[in-house]
Amino acid sequence: VCMTNCPTLIVMVGLPARGKTYISKKLTRYLNWIGVPIKEFNVGQYRRDLVKKYKSFEFFLPDNEEGLKIRKQCALAALNDVRQYLSEENGHVAVFDATNTTRERRETIYKFGEENGYKTFFVESVCVDPEVIAANIVQVKLGSPDYVDCSNDEATEDFMKRIECYKNSYETLDETLDKDLSYIKIMDVGRSYLVNRVMDHIQSRIVYYLMNIHVTPRSIYLCRHGESELNLKGRIGGDPGLSVRGKEFAKSLAQFINEQNIKDLKVWTSQMKRTIQTAEALGVPYEQWKVLNEIDAGVCEEMTYEEIQENYPLEFALRDQDKYRYRYPKGESYEDLVQRLEPVIMELERQENVLVICHQAVMRCLLAYFLDKPAEQLPYLKCPLHTVLKLTPVAYGCKVESIFLNVEAVNTHRDKPENVDISRPPEEALVTVPAHQ
Amino acid sequence: AWASYMTNSPTLIVMIGLPARGKTYVSKKLTRYLNWIGVPTRVFNLGVYRREAVKSYKSYDFFRHDNKEAMEIRKRCALVALEDVKAYLLEECGQIAVRLFSTKHTYGVPGSLKHVSLPSSQVFFVESVCDDPEVIAANILEVKVSSPDYPERNRENVMDDFLKRIECYKVTYQPLDPDEYDKDLSFIKVINVGQRFLVNRVQDYIQSKIVYYLMNIHVQPRTIYLCRHGESEYNLVGKIGGDSGLSPRGKQFAQALKKFIEEQEIVDLKVWTSQLKRTIQTAESLGVTYEQWKILNEIDAGVCEEMTYSEIEAKYPDEFALRDQEKYLYRYPGGESYQDLVQRLEPVIMELERQGNVLVISHQAVMRCLLAYFLDKSADELPYPRGPLHTILKLPPVAYGCKVETITLNVEAVNTHRDKPSLNSNNLPTSQSPVRMRRNSLTPRASADTEKRPRHHSVGSKPRDPLGPFPFLE
Repeated sequence: VCMTNCPTLIVMVGLPARGKTYISKKLTRYLNWIGVPIKEFNVGQYRRDLVKKYKSFEFFLPDNEEGLKIRKQCALAALNDVRQYLSEENGHVAVFDATNTTRERRETIYKFGEENGYKTFFVESVCVDPEVIAANIVQVKLGSPDYVDCSNDEATEDFMKRIECYKNSYETLDETLDKDLSYIKIMDVGRSYLVNRVMDHIQSRIVYYLMNIHVTPRSIYLCRHGESELNLKGRIGGDPGLSVRGKEFAKSLAQFINEQNIKDLKVWTSQMKRTIQTAEALGVPYEQWKVLNEIDAGVCEEMTYEEIQENYPLEFALRDQDKYRYRYPKGESYEDLVQRLEPVIMELERQENVLVICHQAVMRCLLAYFLDKPAEQLPYLKCPLHTVLKLTPVAYGCKVESIFLNVEAVNTHRDKPENVDISRPPEEALVTVPAHQ
Repeated sequence: AWASYMTNSPTLIVMIGLPARGKTYVSKKLTRYLNWIGVPTRVFNLGVYRREAVKSYKSYDFFRHDNKEAMEIRKRCALVALEDVKAYLLEECGQIAVRLFSTKHTYGVPGSLKHVSLPSSQVFFVESVCDDPEVIAANILEVKVSSPDYPERNRENVMDDFLKRIECYKVTYQPLDPDEYDKDLSFIKVINVGQRFLVNRVQDYIQSKIVYYLMNIHVQPRTIYLCRHGESEYNLVGKIGGDSGLSPRGKQFAQALKKFIEEQEIVDLKVWTSQLKRTIQTAESLGVTYEQWKILNEIDAGVCEEMTYSEIEAKYPDEFALRDQEKYLYRYPGGESYQDLVQRLEPVIMELERQGNVLVISHQAVMRCLLAYFLDKSADELPYPRGPLHTILKLPPVAYGCKVETITLNVEAVNTHRDKPSLNSNNLPTSQSPVRMRRNSLTPRASADTEKRPRHHSVGSKPRDPLGPFPFLE
């Protein structure tokens, strides 16, 4: 019997082009971002590594002995890697991404989970809408390495035949036959869900996340407040108002938003003056979120980097050593920030077009979620003032467009200096501090 | 604020299911949760209306579907109830009304909904389906035996009559059908007390929260223990907030707590603390593993942190008076309000619902918020209940609601309670409700004079717009 800390094995189920890999990648990105060690294992990838060149759908015919042998081999190899990740490399969650369309295959995997002490959770995607399937094929299959030498029409035709190979043996998760398994069945891209036997906290979180995501096309706009009075002086934190140039930016932002002609745009700010003043210029209703407030620098609030180096040289060095985990005395760390921003991410997933006017550290955290940046890179992502990042979900990821709104501002980005030793001389600590008044 | 997702569209939640399927239990619990997070919700229970109309209940014959006279009465009750729902949602600014029905088609629900003039997208059905006879029998024993319908009967008679009552409903019961007839409705079907769920067409944020809540509650018996940290050094000198350690008496309490816990012999007890020294030190004495939650930290008193009440009254007389006027909404400059606290504590409540036996060692304001959730206290009452030091509140499981047992652990401590003063407000500032001004800011928050204080940031949801008809201020 598994206790609370046993690893979780998520098993995707569904015909091809039902969004399994999309869900598996998105879920992996989300759990990684909130700090749960998770990895996905795509059996198709194992097949591509083994069978160097994909010929045609005939590989997937149910009576193709050799094909079946290879596919089973790949599944086992993937499971073996899963075992290594969960049992030897301290992974907490593994996503086994394959069709897993027969009860027999799922039983094999379930037994594997039991033998190794994993909790198994199935995620099935069921969809019969031909338009959705066709759109999926265009988005992610045409560009697949399997079809690199084919025309779009040839690829589509082959892929549809590939799907047919699975249909006859497809056994969907059944309310009666599978009543003892833990699973969520997603129908028609989220129109309805069947959820059975959720066992623990992580499964409950996964279900909540899956029930909140959607695939309606939309864009998320991220930007910082306009340049503030403290920005000009090179001071961090505080609750200052906008500088003259910051106010100009707010006007430019209003113009930009108007030109973009965005349908039903929601605007969110923090509860700090500088984001509120920026939003005010837009002349549209906006919502203030306290959790979007900038990272709390505790005792270092409103100091310049030079002052921090002078008063807290040890803290300054420690921060450079591990900027993600370092917590300002009486303040916060980036890790704390991510935790506090999780409801924002959940709500961003539910929403459609949103403009988030926030702060440097906050924007880095949100960006890391959308662009799947790991914790080490997150605190160094470049988020300059007066620049809007337009994020549009596409295929398995996010397209980013960076739009500088032509109003000059100071640079507030401080790169990691070479010397992070606690005994370093001040000049070496301050070498990457950007210029200010 | 997320309230704005709801302010313009009231929601009608319709509970469906045969008798003894837990409809009343779920609707009361859900209502309690929604009210606590700040969404005005009320339950309209058809059984209550029926009991009003038919003063004394005779037998299950009343519920036979061919009993014409009874059907007329029940229909009338449904219409009266629907009128009340309409009044609540449209005139009293209620956000959510929870209606208990037995079947969707009894009393012509679609017709009656038109009557209330709510578009169908704002109706969310919660159906409870159960085919496990043991669960049903247990429900009947728990709640029906003590129902006003059965004042003098003995258990067997009650069980017998009630089971026959259920049979009457079964004849016309039509469960929600997601594949055909009801595929355009928004609903969640809860099967066998949460073993399985079918969720269809969730429309908006509040429905998504309701679904998440329903999927996390359970009916396994368990006990929750709430207490504050032991007396702290600051408690002794009357200072609020800060991060001080335990006083000698506080350490004594921690020892007494350990003994108490051992005597209770609780199975699989989880222990939670905040990330402040005083709760951690208290938990350390227990000698068991415990979890530190930052969101259990005490309310942030902003500029007033580490001051005594007399110092606050002297230095910030206006703030002091304002807080007494409206303790729930009032936000310390640079700090938090009770309303902010509730928001930040929501994940704790969700996790408490998921868990079994838990001991939460927290702080005065935090404990008041948690208690208000369990005891269904309104926002006005929330900031005032007594939560003295060195006392444990034990919440055992009970049918509809919560019982509280207060256990004093015989270790002396200072009294940190401050009653609501009588309304002789001599220090009222002349400007109209500045408290509300701070809540509802379309204008930037004034902060020229706020000192930087340690801010305990919250892993919570969004800030709130004022609930109800507060005036917008330029």
